Amino acid sequence: MITTVASVEMPLDESLKIQKNRIMPEEGKDSGKRISIVTGIHGDELEGQYVCFELIRRIEEQKHFLTGTVDIYPAMNPLGIDSITRGIPAFDLDMNRLFPGNTEGSMTEFLAAEIVKDLCGSDMCIDIHASNIYLTEVPQVRINELHKDILVPYAKELNVDFIWVHGANTVLEATLAHSLNSRGTPTLVVEMGVGMRITKEYCYQLVDGIFHLMQVMGIWQGETITPRQPVISDNNDDVCFLNASVSGVFIKEAKHWEKIHKGEHIGDIIHPLTGKVLDRIESPVDGILFTIREYPIVDEGSLIGRILKW
Amino acid sequence: MVKETLFEIQSLYRDTFRVTGYRFGKGEKAVCIVGSIRGNEVQQLYTCSQVIRRLKELEKAGKLKEGKEILVIPSLNPSSMNIKKRFFPTDNTDINRMFPGYHLGETTQRIAAKAFDIIKEYVYGIQFASFYMPGAFIPHVRMMKTGFEDVEMAKEFGFPYIVLRNPRPYDTTTLNYNWQIWETHAFSIYTSNTEKVDEDSAKLAVKGILNFLDKEGVLTYAGHDGYISQVVDDKDLISVRTKEAGFFECCVKVNEEVHKGQLLARIIDAYEGEVKDCLYAPWDGIVLFMHDEPMTYEDTAVIKLISLRENR
Repeated sequence: MITTVASVEMPLDESLKIQKNRIMPEEGKDSGKRISIVTGIHGDELEGQYVCFELIRRIEEQKHFLTGTVDIYPAMNPLGIDSITRGIPAFDLDMNRLFPGNTEGSMTEFLAAEIVKDLCGSDMCIDIHASNIYLTEVPQVRINELHKDILVPYAKELNVDFIWVHGANTVLEATLAHSLNSRGTPTLVVEMGVGMRITKEYCYQLVDGIFHLMQVMGIWQGETITPRQPVISDNNDDVCFLNASVSGVFIKEAKHWEKIHKGEHIGDIIHPLTGKVLDRIESPVDGILFTIREYPIVDEGSLIGRILKW
Repeated sequence: MVKETLFEIQSLYRDTFRVTGYRFGKGEKAVCIVGSIRGNEVQQLYTCSQVIRRLKELEKAGKLKEGKEILVIPSLNPSSMNIKKRFFPTDNTDINRMFPGYHLGETTQRIAAKAFDIIKEYVYGIQFASFYMPGAFIPHVRMMKTGFEDVEMAKEFGFPYIVLRNPRPYDTTTLNYNWQIWETHAFSIYTSNTEKVDEDSAKLAVKGILNFLDKEGVLTYAGHDGYISQVVDDKDLISVRTKEAGFFECCVKVNEEVHKGQLLARIIDAYEGEVKDCLYAPWDGIVLFMHDEPMTYEDTAVIKLISLRENR
């Protein structure tokens, strides 16, 4: 059943509607549990679109296995998705810095508050992101260290390759995940793929994981996969950041999510006007490259990749 | 006055990203004034340029005090303004969400770090700031309640109002917040607009800054002292919200005193021209903020009133 979570009128014959699709189990099979799948907070992150589609398709195909409620919110920022804009168009605001919102605030804060109200009370929420247009990520769950004891056991069931428990950061208190976690609704943030693209293999991997997690939670009775054993990092010093030393065009050489040794070639920053290699980027550590730059143009400081140290 | 390039970053094809500073006087690092940080902060840049013009005149007239240095940085982000983009050109990040910065981090973190290394040393920090919603303000000083804010000192600007507010999570990475944490007396100055020049409010801001610098012994300025500032808490402001979307027709002006029940604005149907809704003052008050775009969405706070004392 498709319903509207929040709606705001726009000046010219258009409503901004945030919608969800609620899939309920057959009569007599409801365990009372609810899982919410959220995506599209950033309008340029599209991996979650295919996850929502595939999840609904598979549930509808075998609905007799469903024993709880599945709420699917494919577009938290519908204006952004439909206009190929990361933030909220017209306001140029990052929607994931507006939570928990304010029903007395601006229109954007009002929407954020309505979203939080609707999601609160879910037994689990999964917020799917797709990095941005600059970087590709392996399927991973990111967890604020404040909530790791509750969330890491759930994340292990999600069939991702990597779980990154990162340090607390005041700015991140304005994210949807933090707002929900601090209100007692466990929320996992998934990052995978790259902005403006859909990577079907990653989407299938995550959908498999969501079904497995639903099974563990008593929402799905059908067969599911055995989840991958993710690499877990809960020490900030485990992650090595690679930033561009100069502005130029980045040409990637290393492969994503493969072991890499200290001194190994990751890529070059070149200058097409002079024909020169401005910087040869080599790995400073032994590890595995879990983030790699996708968009070639870099400024001094642009993120080239992240390596999880062995 | 010495004009200098404070720091620069090479680009791929565009001209070098340069941050320019104007130093007046030598000695104690007394005051740092920052103009625009975002590419749409035209009024902030204009006001800063007028501060530089006036400081040059005062320097020529021998009115700057010995042993005090003033640094003015008109823009921390010229690359964005040159292409009419609000945030940083290549990654669309906001430099005013990157303080205190990180020298080994991403580009805007590096810009913030390079800038903050220079400007954190000053006793007083003044930033011409902009609001995230489009609209016009009564010129005022805005301060976050960090425990380091000095409201009495803020009164020396002689602006009509000082607005206090609690910091939100994202504020912890703004210039003003970090200045305060590093024990600089920090003030955000809001003039009337952002994307267009308002000469009158720029003049008021320049006078306010010169008043402040005079009272703090940085220069000699014999201007009008300005207003006795009223201190207002942001949570006590009265928001007037739209219930309909359409053309926004305001019926009052910023700084106008309005009375309970007075018509403040009309919302006009964008296709049929009929009045869809009227917004009335819920209390007696002064218009601090007024939406200034021709159209509005539903559920938008388009007017903020300062409650008159009689209401309290």
